[in-house]
Amino acid sequence: MSKHVLLIEDEPNIIEAISFILSRDGLAVETHSDGTTANEKLRGARPDLLILDVMLPGKSGYDILRELRADPATAALPVLMLTARGQTRDREMAEREGVSAFMSKPFANSEMLDTVRALLNGVPEEAPGKP
Amino acid sequence: MLNTLVAVCIAYALFLFAIAFAAERIAAHGQARWLRSPVVYTLSLSIYCTAWTFYGAVGSAVRSGFEYMAIYLGPSLVLVGWWWILRKLVRIGRSQRITSVADLVSSRYGKSNLLAVGVTLLAVIGTTPYIALQLQSVTLSFEAFSAGEVIVGEEKGHTALWVAAGLALFTVIFGTRNLDANERHNGVVMAIAVEAVVKLFALLAVGVFVVWGLGGGLTETLARIDASELGHWRIDGGRWAGVMLLSAAAFLCLPRIFQVLVVENDNETHLRTASWAFPLYLGLMSLFVVPIAVIGLDLLPEGSNPDLFVLTLPLSQGQGGLAVLSFLGGFSSATSMVIVAAIALSTMVSNHVVMPLWLRFAEPGATVSGDVRTVVLLARRLSIIGVVMLGYLYYRLSGGGEALATIGFVSFAGVAQVLPAMLGGIFWRGASKAGAFTGLILGFVVWNYTLFLPSFGPGVLMPEAWFAHGPFGIGFLRPQAMFGLSDMDPLLHAFFWSMSVNTGGFILGSLVSFPQPLERLQGAQFVNVFEHSTSPRSWTGNVAQSEDLMIMAQRILGARDAQELFEREAEKQGGRGPLPDVTPQFLETLERELAGSVGAATAHAMVGQIVGGMSVSVEDLMAVADETAQMMEYSARLEAQSQELARTAAQLREANAKLTRLSVQKDAFLSQISHELRTPMTSIRAFSEILRDTSGLGDAEKTKYASIIHDEAIRLTRLLDDLLDLSVLENGQVNLNLREGLLSDVLDRAVAAAAADEAGRRLEIRRDRGAEQIVLHTDLDRLSQVFINLIANARKYCDAPRPRLEISVRAGARLAIDFTDNGSGVAAEAQDVIFEKFSRVSDQKAGGAGLGLAICRQIVTRLGGDITYVPGRGGASFRVSLPADLAIAAQ
Repeated sequence: MSKHVLLIEDEPNIIEAISFILSRDGLAVETHSDGTTANEKLRGARPDLLILDVMLPGKSGYDILRELRADPATAALPVLMLTARGQTRDREMAEREGVSAFMSKPFANSEMLDTVRALLNGVPEEAPGKP
Repeated sequence: MLNTLVAVCIAYALFLFAIAFAAERIAAHGQARWLRSPVVYTLSLSIYCTAWTFYGAVGSAVRSGFEYMAIYLGPSLVLVGWWWILRKLVRIGRSQRITSVADLVSSRYGKSNLLAVGVTLLAVIGTTPYIALQLQSVTLSFEAFSAGEVIVGEEKGHTALWVAAGLALFTVIFGTRNLDANERHNGVVMAIAVEAVVKLFALLAVGVFVVWGLGGGLTETLARIDASELGHWRIDGGRWAGVMLLSAAAFLCLPRIFQVLVVENDNETHLRTASWAFPLYLGLMSLFVVPIAVIGLDLLPEGSNPDLFVLTLPLSQGQGGLAVLSFLGGFSSATSMVIVAAIALSTMVSNHVVMPLWLRFAEPGATVSGDVRTVVLLARRLSIIGVVMLGYLYYRLSGGGEALATIGFVSFAGVAQVLPAMLGGIFWRGASKAGAFTGLILGFVVWNYTLFLPSFGPGVLMPEAWFAHGPFGIGFLRPQAMFGLSDMDPLLHAFFWSMSVNTGGFILGSLVSFPQPLERLQGAQFVNVFEHSTSPRSWTGNVAQSEDLMIMAQRILGARDAQELFEREAEKQGGRGPLPDVTPQFLETLERELAGSVGAATAHAMVGQIVGGMSVSVEDLMAVADETAQMMEYSARLEAQSQELARTAAQLREANAKLTRLSVQKDAFLSQISHELRTPMTSIRAFSEILRDTSGLGDAEKTKYASIIHDEAIRLTRLLDDLLDLSVLENGQVNLNLREGLLSDVLDRAVAAAAADEAGRRLEIRRDRGAEQIVLHTDLDRLSQVFINLIANARKYCDAPRPRLEISVRAGARLAIDFTDNGSGVAAEAQDVIFEKFSRVSDQKAGGAGLGLAICRQIVTRLGGDITYVPGRGGASFRVSLPADLAIAAQ
């Protein structure tokens, strides 16, 4: 059974790109683009991996992450966070909230694939770009 | 002989009247300068030499050798050391318009009238015996002339009464011609100066006659002095020093000396002359005292009163003329003392006793009463008569039997009680009213108990038993041997105890009490008189009416002087009107002027009645703080420094906050830029890698992905364009291309550019072309850019099913162009931020970086107008307003 990935992202073109890359690798990709309803969507979708953008309409990715880590059902869920702001402060905040991997935009497609695979195989992936 | 003497007396009195009158006339014509020369000032000081010294010095020399010298040396020392005390007293007296000793003390200790009353009482009690002494000396000298014709009982009293009445008349006439004690009594001072010359001349004449006429020349006389007992130094140093100290203290405190020394002083520099001239005068006065005493003892029969040697010696030698001259000398000494003492005392009595009582009981307020001037003058005249008559009464009651010198010392010791409060007041800022009261009362009580009451003799006012065994048998309270000091001279004993207790009480009282604000203010003014020659700022506010003050001032100063004063002050303030504004400075000046007439406490009370606010307010305290002492100045400086520090700190905090704000803004901006740049680049990179790495993509897919890359590249370019545009606008580097054009044309262009999107979806636009026919003189391209942005926003963000935009134009004071759509509008909380960079009304509708409205705002601001969101119009509504001078209504 193919692994199930939930992508929460608001840029239509980025959604399309990531969906394309992951689908080609045999993953089932579900997308959602509203921050306020992200956690409900998450509870319903029960994915194996969550890819979460930081800047979302309604609610920030950090808040969503904090909430899902507080929920026992999703506390252990691997989460890959994406941000277009790419400052170290953003990475630190994400790590404080318990992110599994962190990636700044733009990313190489291969990087995205590698990180997702590693996370799905339970190997904590050292995020690229980290010094 | 007696009749001749009476005639001479009357002639001399008329002569004095004439001199006084002439001096007044000259002064009235403004030629008073030579009247007020340092010589006249010095001569007027000679009222120190009363009949007591004129006649009594010889008596004193006979009784106690050179002791009389101490009486002259004390004042000489005070004058030689003028720089230390007298200069300060005179400066204070002038700057504070002090009218008497009582006024000085009262003024120093918070203008306390009670204190003034106390000092006045002390002065009256201390001076009355002295006046009696003068009357006695005149009577005695008359008696001396009568020789065979014995004046007894009634007649003796008559002489004194006539003399007293004459002196009272003279003093009333010349002492109360003008009200202002500071306007100086030219006539009186001149008469006193003449009398000073007369008495010196008389004494020298008698001396010369005695030495060369009777003693057989200088060497012979000196030999006789050596041979006599008097020539030997047979005085104990303690008493000598004590008497010197006592006379120095009295010189400073005697009301009459204070009158001529401070009140009548016209020029501080006169002190410099007096500092050597007056000791010289005293030296000349004492030159022939011992020869007269020695020769008198030799030639006159045993038992003659040595107090009258000056008179009886020439008389016994048949020198009638010289005797009359000598008589005139003594007469001069007595009269000048009585006149000045009466003036000084009457000033005190009327200012500190009569006026306050009258003010309290006569009328509710100073302004509604009748002419205060007459009341003051009347009070003063009655006081003069009262003081002189009190002296006469004392003379009658005491029987006139005392040795002259004894009465003088009793009097000296009494008035000297003012000394601690006076010196403390001008040298010690910590001196307080409570201390002054304590010292004065204690000193007065001790003086009464140890000297004044006993001076009448055992059994008269004090039971005889008290002298021997103390009151109620309490031995250590014996009046002339307090606490066992039994072998001390009674005078020194009294002086020592009264001054010790007085000074101790004064210092202790001052230390334990806290001075009131006005006291502290006055204290600073007195002690630091040379630094603060301006006066206390004790009145605040503009409550008083100038008219009321004018009415009051006229009643006290007289109409002419008051008007002159008010005009002068009005001019000083800048001459805005005939009456000066009631400023604190003006009130001070006025109060000082009034103080010259009625004393500080009364003047303060009168101004206070009109101005209101008798008590010292917080503002006064502030005035104390910023005006007076070095301590206050120091604290003010500290305050200024700390204020400056606080200001600097506030500036630093502000700058820091601004930097922090800027830094936060910069971070946010960079973060936003990063986000806006990375987002399209993410798509571009992802899809270009897909296109590169993915084999077997369909043509449709390839085209789709390529156009995404294309669109995102365009988005990036637009973003960079906007950023540059904004940067240029924000830095003010933009050049406006001003042209004339119709508003409708500009709108046409904008609508054509923005009304339809790439997909061809059109926004319905409603316009009123009639209202748009306005000629603009502005940068039409920039304005068009704003319109395009607003129309495009409506197209992108209007969420109505059938989006519609209405453009309405209203020309008025400003030209207003409203863009209102029929969507749901901008949420209230977002309305504030939509014009900020990177704020987007909606996040999901990509395409804008959130710079559009920020750019619009910059452009409109450059064009001199503004752009605002108009809430409450249903949909989103933006108003561009432009200044009307950009618009010229079309024909």
